[in-house]
Amino acid sequence: MSFDTAARRLSADTVAFAAGSSSLSKGESLRDTIEVVGSYGADLLVVRHPMAGTAHQIAGWTDAAVVNAGDGCHEHPTQAMLDCYTLREKRGSLDGMRIAIVGDVRHSRVARSNVLAFTALGAEVVLVGPATLIPPAVDGWPVTVAHELDPLLGDLDAVYLLRMQRERITEGLVPSMREFAADFGLTADRTSRLRDDALILHPGPTNPGVEISAEATADPRSVILDQVANGVSVRMAVLFLLLGSGRSPSGDAGPEASQPSGREPGVPQ
Amino acid sequence: MSLVLKGGRVIDRSGERALDVEIGDDGRIAAVGIGLSGDLDLDASGCVVSAGFVDLHTHLREPGQEEAETIETGARGGSLGGYTALVAMPNTDPATDCVAVVDQVRNLGRRTTCEVIPSAAMTVGREGVDMAPMGELVDAGVGIFTDDGTGLQDPRLMRRVMEYSTGLAGRLGRRVVLAQHCEVSALSAGGFMHEGEWSSRLGIPGQPAEAEELMVMRDIALVRLTGAHMHFQHLSTASSVAMVRGAKAAGLPVTAEATTHHFTLTDAACASYDPVFKVHPPLRTDTDVAAVKEGLADGTIDAVATDHAPHAPHAKERPFDQAPPGMLGLETAFALTLGESGLDLPEVLAVLSWRPAAIAGVADRHGADVEPGAPANLCVVDPDETWTVSGAAMASRSLNTPYEGRSLRGRVRHTIRSGEAVVVDGEARR
Repeated sequence: MSFDTAARRLSADTVAFAAGSSSLSKGESLRDTIEVVGSYGADLLVVRHPMAGTAHQIAGWTDAAVVNAGDGCHEHPTQAMLDCYTLREKRGSLDGMRIAIVGDVRHSRVARSNVLAFTALGAEVVLVGPATLIPPAVDGWPVTVAHELDPLLGDLDAVYLLRMQRERITEGLVPSMREFAADFGLTADRTSRLRDDALILHPGPTNPGVEISAEATADPRSVILDQVANGVSVRMAVLFLLLGSGRSPSGDAGPEASQPSGREPGVPQ
Repeated sequence: MSLVLKGGRVIDRSGERALDVEIGDDGRIAAVGIGLSGDLDLDASGCVVSAGFVDLHTHLREPGQEEAETIETGARGGSLGGYTALVAMPNTDPATDCVAVVDQVRNLGRRTTCEVIPSAAMTVGREGVDMAPMGELVDAGVGIFTDDGTGLQDPRLMRRVMEYSTGLAGRLGRRVVLAQHCEVSALSAGGFMHEGEWSSRLGIPGQPAEAEELMVMRDIALVRLTGAHMHFQHLSTASSVAMVRGAKAAGLPVTAEATTHHFTLTDAACASYDPVFKVHPPLRTDTDVAAVKEGLADGTIDAVATDHAPHAPHAKERPFDQAPPGMLGLETAFALTLGESGLDLPEVLAVLSWRPAAIAGVADRHGADVEPGAPANLCVVDPDETWTVSGAAMASRSLNTPYEGRSLRGRVRHTIRSGEAVVVDGEARR
């Protein structure tokens, strides 16, 4: 919705294309589908897909610009950009900030992009969650890991809650939503123990009473609605740089997105 | 019409010597010596003459998935790779779990350029529920049973299959070999690459090394219980190799294979998100690659197998999670083993030819020493020729080689199958 709003404000035409209603469900390969969409003359594809790497793969099959709007458990780059924008808007700089990313880090594309972005901008990141919801083998990441939230609360510049999905219960990763909320939810009590200048962030939509309480959402330190508003601006900027500015964001011609990143795990760029 | 392989060095179990090899009309070696000539002479200068290779692990896809490969195209690829015998995996459609399908595979194989050795499923439909008619299959000549593609999950049924197989040795005339794809599906389900630093970074759900290792551990225990011969397919983790090493030291009847991709590639390759690097068991870490090479060096791993697994191009044009696992291997195996296994040339030939021939029970006709009277299943390899891998140039109906564009050293020049020159100067003759 945010991308759609951003595109319309820039007076672009948009066509939404959902896998469930399309030929993808009739056995057409993803590549065929992309080629068909390309033949409609799309200049830019905004791709959200439940599987990691899909936007990268698609960028190799089309001349259109490709924006990754979330690929499986991998990344959600524009979310990280709008989160950084919001933090800088409120605090001027991320340098030296201590930010906790709390909850289901394992399955979170938002967390992966934010680890890269926050640390690149000088923040210190601690991942907080039950051991089953922290990714395996994060030793190489530029973060610390904690399994208890309470001892950290008074020492955080920002707390970033991740959306918790009910499937994690049926997958046996946590015993119940009740236990998760009791241990890792930003309850009214925990909110009261945050510093006066701490910020509360969430990528939305929230599960009230699970990872975040209604009190925390409504707290003056919450910037969740600022994140939503900034999301439109940041996405407009992304679209403008890719299509409207007449120059490539990297300063040279050619589809930057189609190049493999080749980046090392955990090394921010 | 006699055929002479001229000017090469013969390497077999008895050592190395410069010899011409004359092949008679009966498909056997007629003479070896210096200065031989025949009706047709094939140049072997600068090359090594070896017994043909034997692949313990080939997916020929027929019947059922002929758009990916046929027995004919797979065998042609095998010949180009120096193979004279291929053990066909039973994950066909229908599964190779009864005499009718075994006969079909074998009969289609007879018209091709390799000996196609059908393996059969241990369980009906490879479903892991009911034992396949192993006695009937043994009477039809099947000596290798596997549910490859999945491991047999139920330990009780696995024990029964192992016990039952020991009673069939008399009917087969040798020990029945059970080959296991070790993977505890409850631990691997939902994982599409090796679980570790790379899977976490890439956001691709992983499967832990322990999914393989738990079944290796279980099967070693069941071998101790039953005395059955267990062949471990495509060992890929350091602990798996260590456990098999221990089982061999304890005198248990186990053998093992490693694929070329498990000692040449790591999970880092998945960073491209290219499903050509998706395979089961998955590409592992540098530590595991080093352990597989050590296993080859000390004989813990008996054979190099390809796990040649063709998939039609459109099947691999899907997101990594959805694409089918598997990669081509027949035409690159010799060069990769020569260049990257750490083995010297005689050992390379051993792990590609006579050791797998013994496991497959075909040592009477493949992997034999190069001497008069031996069946002329031979290959002539140039250890110094460099070439560039191209999926499109391969005989396979599919393109999914993970080595596309790589320059490799070591190439098959000629292949002789039952006396017939099926590959000459690197080109398939039919």
